[in-house]
Amino acid sequence: MSDQTQNPGLIDLAPTSAQKFTTRLLPLILFAAVLLIIPLLGPSRTAYSLLNAIGINIVFALSYNMLLGQTGLLSFGHAVYFGLGAYAAMHGMNAIEAASFDGGTWALMPVFALPVLGFAGGALAGAVIGWPSCRNAGVPFAMISLGIAELIAAAGFMFVSIFGGEEGISADRMNGIEAFGLSLGPISEVYWFIVFWTLIGVVGMYAFTRTPLGKMGQAVRDNPERVQFVGYDPQRVRYLVFIASGGFAGLAGGMSAVNYEIITPESLSLLPSGFVLLMAYIGGIRYFAGPLLGAIVLTWMQSNLSDFSEAWLLYLGLMFIAIVMYAPGGLFGMVLGFARGIIQPDAAPRLTRWGALSAAAMVTFAGVILLTEVAVSRTSGHVFAPGGLPLPPSSPLSWALGLALLIGGGWAIRHLSQRFAS
Amino acid sequence: MTTALSLREVRKDFGPAKIIQGVSLEIAQGERHAIIGPNGAGKSTLFNLISGLYRPTAGDIRLRGQSIAGIRPYRINRMGLSRSFQVSNIFSNMSVRENVRCGVLWSMGQGYSFWRNIGNLKLVQEKTAHILDSVGLIDKADSPAALLPYADQRTLEIAITIAGGADVILLDEPTAGMSHSETDRAIALIQKATAGKTLLIVEHDMGVVFGLSDRISVLVYGEIIATGAPEEIRGDPRVKEAYLGDEAELPEAVA
Ligand SMILES: Nc1ncnc2c1ncn2[C@@H]1O[C@H](COP(=O)(O)OP(=O)(O)O)[C@@H](O)[C@H]1O
Ligand SMILES: [Mg+2]
Repeated sequence: MSDQTQNPGLIDLAPTSAQKFTTRLLPLILFAAVLLIIPLLGPSRTAYSLLNAIGINIVFALSYNMLLGQTGLLSFGHAVYFGLGAYAAMHGMNAIEAASFDGGTWALMPVFALPVLGFAGGALAGAVIGWPSCRNAGVPFAMISLGIAELIAAAGFMFVSIFGGEEGISADRMNGIEAFGLSLGPISEVYWFIVFWTLIGVVGMYAFTRTPLGKMGQAVRDNPERVQFVGYDPQRVRYLVFIASGGFAGLAGGMSAVNYEIITPESLSLLPSGFVLLMAYIGGIRYFAGPLLGAIVLTWMQSNLSDFSEAWLLYLGLMFIAIVMYAPGGLFGMVLGFARGIIQPDAAPRLTRWGALSAAAMVTFAGVILLTEVAVSRTSGHVFAPGGLPLPPSSPLSWALGLALLIGGGWAIRHLSQRFAS
Repeated sequence: MTTALSLREVRKDFGPAKIIQGVSLEIAQGERHAIIGPNGAGKSTLFNLISGLYRPTAGDIRLRGQSIAGIRPYRINRMGLSRSFQVSNIFSNMSVRENVRCGVLWSMGQGYSFWRNIGNLKLVQEKTAHILDSVGLIDKADSPAALLPYADQRTLEIAITIAGGADVILLDEPTAGMSHSETDRAIALIQKATAGKTLLIVEHDMGVVFGLSDRISVLVYGEIIATGAPEEIRGDPRVKEAYLGDEAELPEAVA
């Protein structure tokens, strides 16, 4: 500690405790408060199951962003770690059930703690798979992640004794010791389980970004070459972050195992791997909270829009493309920009500009939806009738309306952005 | 006199191109040694060989007697040799302070730790602040590195290089592209930051070179054609011919 006295009059650069509170602790407290208040509103079963799915996806999407946003690693196979974590937890759940009849050490493990097993499973998978894949970032890493996802998913369908074949494996969560007096029977009790582990995941992953390893991950993302010249091995940094990220994905998998009581090899495949990429990217990979927002929005869309329209994946794709092209900060970046725009001086003209542009974008998007739904209704037979107005595919008027919205909106965007630019 | 860095018959080929053709050099502990030579002579390549970015095709490089040829850059860095880059090579999405902190972490024994909050590492924060203060970037500590003006980015490049406390420092054209006053300030900073350390510097500004160095080596087409004290180099006819051209005037004694 002798250095401390050698530099008298040193400037303290650390943020003040007030700054720390508003930028770090306050958002977390608000988030936790919302989670605690929700049950007081008496949510329905459907609402609970949506909330539980959101909690799982929040942890999953944040774990994905440890790679993409924080360390610059683009993975197409992140569901592998989620899925293997879920399988680990699922086997644990079955072992707990077996132990509740014939005893054994598994009887000491509460089902509530199974996400720990999920974490271990995901981290172990990360340690094994990360070894060959973390040599390089960039295209080789992305391609290897894709290949491994294919490989593991295929293996999942082949090794029936471990993965349960197409039906997967299921278990019963109402066995063994109860933690916090929760039987985990009713979905409202599972909610508390999800809340607990979501908060652990969020806090844990946020804390990780503030460790020396987390910071060097960001350095590797920015400039892996220079990292070598400050004493760090970028390959080692990537590998360690990869293991941690696999662990948190596995934690989400463990939450999912307890929540759904079933896991299939499907969950290891490219489909959920793509979905987690969308959640993180659409939410905003540049911000810690971006993927959290993305998980909320996309899980909500998945459960609501998929009933409403067959074409929802198409809209999701459009949304993704629009964000990649025009708003690389994602939804969170937009929210943040909007909030800053209100606070800064001269807010009125800026808000008018944004309002006008958003309105034009919405009109365009309405045109896209209208045309898509009318086209879909040709084969499905269900006439698309927004607000009670039937728009049959046979009527030229339906198509004309869609085109008018699309072209009018597109023209307005062009016109407005040119006018505001000058 | 102990030798800090020694190169023995170092060669580097890129395919058929022989870029470094048998360079031998002894640099004493605490010496300030400049390398000059025309563009494309191989000065940056030589730095890349010493710092471990490239593996020499032949020959040996020793740091305090220990061979470092072909060793990975991060290991060489941990042995106390640090370098800067001709083109600024910083962590552009991080703040100025975070950039310098990246340079500090390893030397403060933080390694790959993931169980400590970086904000609570008092000694790391103090060292970072101390370096920012000494290079004059303390006021810009929280700005994103990418938004710094050019001269400040060059300064940050030096700050990252010296942050780990290495005692052999390699600077590749630290003042390239700077104005006169910026160059003066950068040189003063380099003098101060490398006091008592071994310095190997590539520099184009002859005023700077002759003012700063104990010895100078002239590299032409991958070969060192002369090494010596500034007066010897100034008077060497081969140097005049090969590098400076007949008409070129070398600056007279520089303070
Ligand atoms: N990685 C490389 N591959 C092929 N040629 C290289 C490489 N690095 C440098 N060179 C060549 O080596 C020569 C010397 O380059 P460099 O060391 O950058 O010169 P200097 O720094 O003296 O201006 C140049 O002709 C350059 O094209
Ligand atoms: Mg060069």
